[in-house]
Amino acid sequence: MKFGVVVFPGSNCDLDAYHVIRDVLKKPVEYLWHQETSVRGFDCLILPGGFSYGDYLRCGAIARFSPVMNAVVEMASRGGLVLGICNGFQILLEAGLLPGALYRNTSLQFRCRFTHLVTDNGATPFTGLCEPGRTLKIPIAHGEGNYYVDPETLSVMRQRGQIVFRYATPDGQITPEANPNGSLDNIAGVCNEGKNVLGLMPHPERAGEAALGSTDGLVIFKSIIRHWEDS
Amino acid sequence: MWKAAIKVMLKKSVLDPQGQAVQKALHALGYQNVPDVRIGKYLEVTVDLADREGAAAQVREMCERLLANMVIEDYTFELTEA
Repeated sequence: MKFGVVVFPGSNCDLDAYHVIRDVLKKPVEYLWHQETSVRGFDCLILPGGFSYGDYLRCGAIARFSPVMNAVVEMASRGGLVLGICNGFQILLEAGLLPGALYRNTSLQFRCRFTHLVTDNGATPFTGLCEPGRTLKIPIAHGEGNYYVDPETLSVMRQRGQIVFRYATPDGQITPEANPNGSLDNIAGVCNEGKNVLGLMPHPERAGEAALGSTDGLVIFKSIIRHWEDS
Repeated sequence: MWKAAIKVMLKKSVLDPQGQAVQKALHALGYQNVPDVRIGKYLEVTVDLADREGAAAQVREMCERLLANMVIEDYTFELTEA
């Protein structure tokens, strides 16, 4: 199984994603420059965090028109696995691959700290190894992670199991205090209808080694690998 | 040639945390009669087209494809001859 990490001008978590795949999970991984027009040969694409195009206009608004995005959309449409982390999540929303939008945290502060996530849907390619009732300790680092979607779309997303991760207390309670950015319904990550595209604000690639304070991020990457090996 | 003065604002249904912070600051300065502040973006975009209708259509298209995020934002614009 081969991973690709897409690098936009201003990406800054690309090295972290590459490191966790190659050095921790020991899987093949390559960088893909945003000018690439083909993603052939890759089984899972990661759109990493950062500040693509300086976040000008809106986070992810300009990156979504990068040449590589046509190939990403095409891969997603035929069921290929695409994971957007933080700025990568913002890009997937701007590209219309995921519903909703992310805007300024209600606190107006950049929040950089650990969060705890409950898995609302453990039956996606990204969450197969998430144990029910066990929270994942994964850090966030963002100023614009406040998830919004209109009420009608939210209700359809709930029915289809598209709400994947929600911010919670360490013991799994969904409370306003556990919500770091004002996201609707404490939403931290959502997937598309086909369940093959996931976007989340927390950084699983920063929670892959004990020295970093948590290894819970590996559950997501290992779920992807198991899903691919089983299918 | 036309100049489009474009305003992009968060939809009324979307909370505006920046506007709220500025409103609180105005209250702190004594302006208690300010019940609402909304913050948006202002863009000036020049379009090299002769006819007004064509320019307006292109500005609408550019707003909906890039300049505004229609999930959370609305836009308005005015055209003046440049």
